[in-house]
Amino acid sequence: MEFFERFAIPHPSPAIYASMVAIALTTIAVVVGLTYFKKWGYLWREWLTTVDHKKIGIMYMISALLMLFRGGADALMMRAQTAVPENTLLDAQHYNEIFTTHGVVMIIFMAMAFIIALMNFVIPLQIGARDVAFPRLNALSFWLYFMGAMLLNISFVIGGSPSSGWTSYFPLAGNELSPSVGTNYYMLALQISGLGTLITGINFIVTILKMRAPGMTLMKMPMFTWAGLITNVIIVFAFPVLTVALAMGTMDRLFATNFFTTTDGGMDMLWANLFWVWGHPEVYILILPAFGIYSEIIPTFARRNLYGYTTMVVSMVVISLLSFVVWVHHFFTMGQGALVNSIFSITTMAIAVPTGIKIFNWLFTMWKGKIQFTVPMLYSLGFIPIFTIGGVTGVMLGMASADYQYHNTMFLVAHFHLVIIPGVVFAMIAGLTYWWPKMFGFMLNERIGKWGFWFIAGGTVLAFFPMFISGLDGQARRMYTYSEGTGFGIWNMLSFVGAIGLAIGFALLVYNIYYSTRYASRDIGDDPWNARSLEWATHNPVPEYNFAITPQVNSSEAFWDAKKRGHKLFKAGYKDIHMPNNSGIPFIMSVFFFIFGFAFIFSMWITVIVSLIAILACMTYRSFEKDDGYHITAEELKKAESELRGAK
Amino acid sequence: MKELFPAKHVSGFVFSLILTGVALLVYFMDMSFAVGMTILVITAFAQATLQLVVFMHAGESSDKRSIYISVIYGIVIAILTVLGTLLAMIWGYV
Ligand code: HEM
Ligand SMILES: [Cu+2]
Repeated sequence: MEFFERFAIPHPSPAIYASMVAIALTTIAVVVGLTYFKKWGYLWREWLTTVDHKKIGIMYMISALLMLFRGGADALMMRAQTAVPENTLLDAQHYNEIFTTHGVVMIIFMAMAFIIALMNFVIPLQIGARDVAFPRLNALSFWLYFMGAMLLNISFVIGGSPSSGWTSYFPLAGNELSPSVGTNYYMLALQISGLGTLITGINFIVTILKMRAPGMTLMKMPMFTWAGLITNVIIVFAFPVLTVALAMGTMDRLFATNFFTTTDGGMDMLWANLFWVWGHPEVYILILPAFGIYSEIIPTFARRNLYGYTTMVVSMVVISLLSFVVWVHHFFTMGQGALVNSIFSITTMAIAVPTGIKIFNWLFTMWKGKIQFTVPMLYSLGFIPIFTIGGVTGVMLGMASADYQYHNTMFLVAHFHLVIIPGVVFAMIAGLTYWWPKMFGFMLNERIGKWGFWFIAGGTVLAFFPMFISGLDGQARRMYTYSEGTGFGIWNMLSFVGAIGLAIGFALLVYNIYYSTRYASRDIGDDPWNARSLEWATHNPVPEYNFAITPQVNSSEAFWDAKKRGHKLFKAGYKDIHMPNNSGIPFIMSVFFFIFGFAFIFSMWITVIVSLIAILACMTYRSFEKDDGYHITAEELKKAESELRGAK
Repeated sequence: MKELFPAKHVSGFVFSLILTGVALLVYFMDMSFAVGMTILVITAFAQATLQLVVFMHAGESSDKRSIYISVIYGIVIAILTVLGTLLAMIWGYV
């Protein structure tokens, strides 16, 4: 019995016990369902072992949506707790746990997964490639991410959630002030999924640099691919810092080292420093793919080509450099002198310049265009004003002396939600709706989509604008309650109403997926939006080999040229296509990573060693495995293509 | 004969051993912290460059431009991060 005591929740409540039961029941239901419908084989063959970038993209997307709902449930609980003064729905400890997991889940497991989902699905198609450069590594990336996410998500029913904020500042996150295993979960879960992200970064840089269709020079890449390239470069340079910081934090907690302690030569501020050396580039990792998505959607629905292609590229390169030299703005108030703060104030405000250039480029693209108000376009249009307000308040926060007033208040919370929600969430829903026909061969319902947009956009504005006011009035962030006399009540109630609006919007998104899956027409052709870039030159949904014939490209809008200017995309005849085989290794290895992480969290060293050996065994097996893939012959290809065409 | 003996690689290997030996001296010899650190930084960078050029063949393929650009980009980011950290955590900390 003693052995199991460590898995108990240090601070339980009826809600947590209810979730335990719910999790157990869902797991049983899934297992029984899979067995009853005899779907285990299908699941294994088609999904768990797949190395196809499109399926991996779809799995990332499903996971991201799941995480959106997990993080969303946290958000609703927080807003409900603070909706009225002196509420007792949650106590302080639970509130701390919830805002911590909300932040981690939303940034690391929702937003990151969503951008990687779309990069996976779209980039190889946009550059006319058959897959990413290393398909198996890509599967490994996904499964590492997935196992990391699952690890963090079981924390609240086994052993207790982390509760020192998504930033997990030491010394608060140290053993003395956070004695439960919660912060161990944080360290290990982020470490494992971070490995996956780093691998993705390398994979996509190689893919984009090496596998473009003939004729596609760097300056002829579609803008989303450009954004992807820059994003992945930032990933490769930023994530190792997180890896190191997490490793040091883990050692502090489990092996009694003194990197971030306040005694014995430790330096607690070094954690904050390293965290933000990664953390600020991270926010640009999130936003750049969104910029790329808008740069695809706006020209399509304004019926004009993208204004200022070169300045778009240059401004992204400048952003990627600047994003590495601003991190101190996250702790202006923690003791550096005026000189240091001034330097980082200036670099911070400088980032607004390239960002502003991009905003103007989108506006000029729409200028005199014939705008079609489709759902993806609505999100793009909603993004511009809301993001601008978020960005402008960012510049306010960037002035070090003023930040002493704003720091750690709800004003800051309003800022980052108003950049991240239009920047990431809007872009992801827009991209999802836009590329949905490519993924599944039918379109999402426009009417439900538009209702969803108005709920989400309205909800965002209503949920976060009041925080500017209560923040300036002095309401601190991360406080589980406040007294009536402060007068914050009304603003928090408004926020709560906005949060409910957002929840309705997301529910509509799910309903839309259900509704369209059942009722939408499957007869939509290959180019339902009258789009411009290369991914639309193949079928809907995309066959496993992507393009039957490798396309020839001569501009960033190759498909548009083919439609309007008589450019010939497919010149050669059918040739055999070399395809990679499926593999179970990435999945199996990631399961061992999960066991490794779990055992590490609870200091079960024998299990740690055994799972580590298993991981090494998987790698060894892979090193000696002979796998030359398989071929789709020209004949088979011809048959498949004529069937695909005949079906229309 | 010249083609058969990989002079570049053998001398590279010997040189990298020497660099390792010099770095090891910092531990075995008595010297001030500053001197030791200087030796370590210099030998570390020399070692990294050597490995990159001689054994990882940077600069031998047609994409050597992009390889060097990314190496330089990495070095720039690393230096900025380290200097910025020293600035925020030590030199400019009041
Ligand atoms: C014009 C561009 C931007 C500027 C000048 C800016 C500036 C700032 C500053 C100075 C802070 C720290 C404030 C404080 O702690 O008192 C901050 C926080 C934050 N910003 Fe921004 N920002 C910008 C864009 C963005 C974007 C595009 C994102 C995300 C997509 C973002 C996400 C965040 C987050 C998540 C935090 C808070 C982190 C935390 O403490 O939990 N920002 N921003
Ligand atoms: Cu920042």
